[in-house]
Amino acid sequence: MAITRVARAGAIAAISALALTACSTGGTDAPGASGDCAPSDGPVTLTFTSWLPGVEEAVAIWNEENPDVQVEVQTGPNGNGGTYQNFFNQLAAGNAPDLGQIEFDAMPNFRVQDGLENIAACEGILEAEDQFVSWTWSQVTFGEENAVYAIPQDTGPMAMFFRADLFEEAGIAIPTTWDEYREAAVQIREQGGYINNFSQSDINAFAGLVWQAGGDWFSTDEEGWTVDLTGAETTQVAEYWQGMIDDDLVAVYPPWTDEWNAAYNSSELWTWVSAVWGANTIASGAPDTAGNWAVAPMPQWEAGGSAAGNWGGSTTAVLKGSEHPYEAAQFALWLNTDADALTAMNRTANIYPATIEGANLPVFAEGVEFYGGQNIYEVFAEAGNNVNPDFTWGPTMTQVYNDVADGFSGAVSGNGTLLDALTAGQASTIEALKAASIPVKE
Amino acid sequence: MTVPTDTRALRTQGARPSRDGGIRESVVSRTVAMAVMVVATLYFLTPLWWLLVASTKTRSDFTSTNPLWFADFAFFDNIAAVVTYRDGVFLRWLGNSALYAGVGALLATVIAAMAGYAIAKYAFRGRETLFNVILGGVLVPATALALPLFLLFSQAGATNTIWAVLLPSLVSPFGVYLSRIYASASVPDEIIEAARIDGAGEVRTFFTVATRLMAPALVTIFLFQFVAIWNNFFLPLIMLRDENLFPVTLGLYVWNTQVSQIPDIRALVVVGSLLSIIPLIVTFLALQRFWQSGLANGGLK
Repeated sequence: MAITRVARAGAIAAISALALTACSTGGTDAPGASGDCAPSDGPVTLTFTSWLPGVEEAVAIWNEENPDVQVEVQTGPNGNGGTYQNFFNQLAAGNAPDLGQIEFDAMPNFRVQDGLENIAACEGILEAEDQFVSWTWSQVTFGEENAVYAIPQDTGPMAMFFRADLFEEAGIAIPTTWDEYREAAVQIREQGGYINNFSQSDINAFAGLVWQAGGDWFSTDEEGWTVDLTGAETTQVAEYWQGMIDDDLVAVYPPWTDEWNAAYNSSELWTWVSAVWGANTIASGAPDTAGNWAVAPMPQWEAGGSAAGNWGGSTTAVLKGSEHPYEAAQFALWLNTDADALTAMNRTANIYPATIEGANLPVFAEGVEFYGGQNIYEVFAEAGNNVNPDFTWGPTMTQVYNDVADGFSGAVSGNGTLLDALTAGQASTIEALKAASIPVKE
Repeated sequence: MTVPTDTRALRTQGARPSRDGGIRESVVSRTVAMAVMVVATLYFLTPLWWLLVASTKTRSDFTSTNPLWFADFAFFDNIAAVVTYRDGVFLRWLGNSALYAGVGALLATVIAAMAGYAIAKYAFRGRETLFNVILGGVLVPATALALPLFLLFSQAGATNTIWAVLLPSLVSPFGVYLSRIYASASVPDEIIEAARIDGAGEVRTFFTVATRLMAPALVTIFLFQFVAIWNNFFLPLIMLRDENLFPVTLGLYVWNTQVSQIPDIRALVVVGSLLSIIPLIVTFLALQRFWQSGLANGGLK
């Protein structure tokens, strides 16, 4: 099959590129960063596939200002819902769009399958690094010298949503460490509630917790990928939540369901450790609790710490084979840095920008009524700055999520433990990498 | 329409001559049959009931009230929200589905009828081989063909057009199979002969004489194909990128994947799902009497 062959070639190309970077300490150009990225002659039409609702509004601003570079929006389901598979089909058929939305955790998959254009040589791209929250930039360069494979679009810095009214009535202090969080959980259980719901299917949320703890699931060097789903930090996080599940201190509703929403709406659940976009999820799913919520930083593993995790976020990538990489790169940079574009995307799709300046947009400067008038975005902006830049996603994240989720859903019903699930996921991930002919170290 | 047939069958099977000479049903078999039917009916109708109830609720009642019973009635507000969201793109999707399913099923029926009739009524070399190859096509799931079709259409530069969905929908191996069987059984050679003697050409004979005799089979093919195209999701998912070309199944799926970004869209997906099955129900109710009469005719013959 053509796709496998492409995958193999791409894997080798990517690994050798990563290997060369690892070796070279000097400033020599890495291969792949092809020297030129010149503007096209004459008018250009770019195609851009994104599943952000209402992204057309932001694109319309660009089309108005740039009559010679018109951008046509194409859409589809979210990445794992089918758009990534469509991208790979289109790459194989040679008719991929010029630009595509790709989430951070899917970037390595596209890099390994050689689906991304290196736009480092395009005007203004390398210099744009300073405009973005630092951890996002390492996600789009993979640490390679002179390489930029996408422009970060939005992020999901994590914090703790909590029921300020319930905590106050019960006289329970707002937990700042995970130890305090557990103590609070015991007290809340005595009141008949649960402090939180352990999400059995949001493995990327669990990854966010591991990310905060300083863990890292994947790494690469000249010999290939290393998979580490059971490292010290991951084990610590898994055992912590396993203890909460065993002692009936957290609920285990399947997330994103009616009963899950109802548990928040009926005040059974008191907190949710989630990403910035979760603000709308609660407001929509638990309307009866309006005004009673507040946001605080994530509980810490070390008292006085400030580490945060990240859950979600995506990029705008220039896909391999684009005939107009210069214009595509310029559009991607504009879309994700221009204040008007970011404001439009926030209005239609609730995105939280990946730029440093984006946190200062007027929409983030006001208090939110649902959260008792608190300016919750200050907390998230601070969290975004405290996300560890060294977290690496693997090339087969969809498989990792599915396999670990299978084990997690067993664990919440008393069948095995979270750590068992991660151990099994470790083995199946190595198998999956081998099956895709991606070099992997055991 | 299958229900009366079933009971009749059960009545005959479970019948036992009673003391007064008439036929009476065994109480046990009757009760068991009723119980099975009630359970099956509940099993199939509960999700529909949930959908209907959920469609009438306001956003806050949706999560906070009994999922199987009504709360504040907001059905018409919800419908208005669905059909006006994003400049009424939902209505466009319904229209697209009607176009793909209506035109696709109609043309597929005509093509299948012609092919089946030809195989049934004309003797030519390789007839059985051709028929067997077509029959083999019944076994190939449409999903397995979607990716090869995408690569083919990419070669022709025809992805992301209505043809990318419409053309593959015109093929119905099952339709050819059914047409052939039905034409053999219900179109007597004598009638074709008579038509020829009266001076009708082959095409005219087919359209004016054969299609009428084959009508029940054609309705079946049309219904099957209509439902298959209406519910076809994978082919449009792979082929289409332009929101304005989406059928309603794909559109609702896309909305559903945006729930994490815009939680409120969930209500639109629920109401949209309800609206999207109405055309299927209408088509079935409108066409099933042809079907029934056809089956009855067969029984009388």
